[in-house]
Amino acid sequence: MISTLEEKPHIPAAPRKRKIPGWAVGMIGVAGAIALLSITSMQTGFPQLTSSGTTQTAVRLALPILLAGLGGLWAERAGVVNIGLEGMMIMGTWGAAWAGYQWGPWAALFAAVVFGALGGLLHAIATVTFGVNHIVSGVAINLLGAGITKYLSTLLFFPLSHNPRQSPPVAPFDTYSAGGLADWLGELEAGQRLFISDVAGILRGLVTGVSPLTMLTILLVPLSYYLLWRTRFGLRLRSVGENPYAADSLGVKVYFHKYVAVIVSGGLAGLGGAALVLNPGQLSYLEGQTGGRGFIGLAAMIFGNWRPGGLLGGAALFGYADGLQLRSGGDTVLALVYGVVILLAVIVVWQLIRQRWFSAAAAIVVAVLLYLLYISLDEIPGEFVSYAPHMVTLAVLAVASQRLRMPAADGLVYRRG
Amino acid sequence: MGHLRGKLLPPALAIVFSMLLCGVALIISGANPLRAFGVMVTQVGKGTTFIDIINSTGIYYIAALAVAIGFQMNLFNIGVEGQYRVAAVIAAVVGGSVALPPGIHTMVIIIVAAIAGAAWAAIPAILKVTRGVNEVISTIMMNGLAIGLSAYLIRQDIFGELRGNNIRTPEIPESGWMPGISFGGGGTMFGFLFVAIALGIGYWIMMNRTRFGFELRASGESSTAASAGGVNAKKMVLVSMLLSGAIAGLISLPELLGRDHTFSLNFTAGIGFSGIAIALLGRNHPGGIAFGALLWAFLDKSGLALDNVGVPREIVTIMQGSIVLSVVVAYEVVRRFELAAEQRRVGRELGTVPEVVA
Repeated sequence: MISTLEEKPHIPAAPRKRKIPGWAVGMIGVAGAIALLSITSMQTGFPQLTSSGTTQTAVRLALPILLAGLGGLWAERAGVVNIGLEGMMIMGTWGAAWAGYQWGPWAALFAAVVFGALGGLLHAIATVTFGVNHIVSGVAINLLGAGITKYLSTLLFFPLSHNPRQSPPVAPFDTYSAGGLADWLGELEAGQRLFISDVAGILRGLVTGVSPLTMLTILLVPLSYYLLWRTRFGLRLRSVGENPYAADSLGVKVYFHKYVAVIVSGGLAGLGGAALVLNPGQLSYLEGQTGGRGFIGLAAMIFGNWRPGGLLGGAALFGYADGLQLRSGGDTVLALVYGVVILLAVIVVWQLIRQRWFSAAAAIVVAVLLYLLYISLDEIPGEFVSYAPHMVTLAVLAVASQRLRMPAADGLVYRRG
Repeated sequence: MGHLRGKLLPPALAIVFSMLLCGVALIISGANPLRAFGVMVTQVGKGTTFIDIINSTGIYYIAALAVAIGFQMNLFNIGVEGQYRVAAVIAAVVGGSVALPPGIHTMVIIIVAAIAGAAWAAIPAILKVTRGVNEVISTIMMNGLAIGLSAYLIRQDIFGELRGNNIRTPEIPESGWMPGISFGGGGTMFGFLFVAIALGIGYWIMMNRTRFGFELRASGESSTAASAGGVNAKKMVLVSMLLSGAIAGLISLPELLGRDHTFSLNFTAGIGFSGIAIALLGRNHPGGIAFGALLWAFLDKSGLALDNVGVPREIVTIMQGSIVLSVVVAYEVVRRFELAAEQRRVGRELGTVPEVVA
């Protein structure tokens, strides 16, 4: 969705040979992030940064963002911009609550997917068949999704819960913990040793209180990667997003692939809604529950450069910032600013080695500003912490928008010739 | 005649279609659709409803104008929502903390609101022209930040004060109010509505009678043709975004200057998104937008009356959503139909294309 103003005919540069495979880059990134967090928590004296409780909350909050982001990934890889993710997610929350309070959590998941997919179908009909502008259709679906769920919840939930904005409670999933392992990790975490305790805390958060939905969601990331990048179907789907005319001339059914992609996208967004409803702290439909998470999912997808791995990183980052705020408040989030300063220092050294003086200077300026912010404030106001994803996305877009690469025909209306 | 038909038919079809859709929904949920629609129409004459509708028409009109300026050049300012929220809180804070003579005080509030809206819109505009960041994503992010910023600014330790159970900005003194036209029991019409009408006229003149408007529309029709004709694309983006933001800044002023005199947590949200829908409905034409805004306001207010006869008022939101979606589909279908007819006509006149044998 990044458009440059001048449409210069440019020859795409030959792809740089990657010396390190993608999964290794991911592993290095994770290790680097943990190292950064552990140094930060040592320097600032906030062990909560890497505690198991924070991690557990972060995972729960990251799930809906991740699912919405996956939904965005599917649609945009087929060339359909899906601003309607938010509306589809709202439909999903309603569906999950409606089926969930009657038939349990598995039915909730199923209904959420169906309701979200219905929203996706509507988006596909409008954008693919009728060639309506994708943004326009998405905005309309957001309006419609909010309206339909409000109407239905007044009609069906009000008699039961006596609150038109809330559903009756939904039965939660059983959660699983790796008993012995978690205890051992807990001992390590309590030891407060640099790095080891931090890794133990994060791992313990990841293996405690895991619901089937969490596992399913995590599995959906490699599954999406496999389907979109390693199968014939995925190749065709992505070719539709890159150049539908060329794809059509090769016999790919453009409309069919776009339809499938957008319906799957809606289903995933709906599942994201279910993740909100089935969150152990919530367990019901609540009006306004999504709170723009569909948009944040979209942001996570852009952060991840329209790739599943990067999307996972973006969702983890946004979920983490949210979880930290919820568990420990604004002063620990301020400690993260300190972490960013350390990160920028590393970047400065790296840019100096590569002799990129301008970027190095810019990074120094930002680092100094953030450090001044860190020492002058006591805490980050809670009002802003919830919007950290928004700020990070703007910053990423401002810095790296030239390097992000979205599908070439993303957002363009295609009509069969 | 055919020209007019092509413009009026789609919205009419969309309204009929969504009425049918909602009628079916009402029947399924066990209500009588005819009675519901009847209540929606008859409620207009009761109490202050008519003036209320006119008042919110004005508000929606300003919002849709703000959106339409961007739409004219295919610039999607989704951020009207955030721009008017930020402008409202800043205008309320400034208006409540200065002492000025009447008239000047009001003018200062209006100017501050416009500048605040434009400033909030400037961030995505600058990101777009310098870094190539798509405005849809950046304005969505700015909307989120606007909610955070406004909540922060009305905190008690910043600018807010606690009245009853509600946190709000200090009240604007009477010198900063804008008097309305009272209709006794019929309600009071916001004085700011005249500004809205003036904005509509100004918008029409700008689009149709100025070079800027021509360049704006040309950029919307074809950005490549416009830049070949010497239109500076970056300047157009920047100026239209700032203008859009400045008008967005005025959205909350009818309520702020005419009724509430303070920004609180009860602040009316979502007008920016309604503005997008109304601009689509009215096809960016000042007259069409006025009609769309009136329809939107009418539907909004009829929700209350529907509640009284036991129909959930949210059916109105569904109706609004389905009107927007079906109107854009209808416009697109009519456009394709006319395009095909045009091609046939040109083909006949040139004699190059033989009549298609059916």
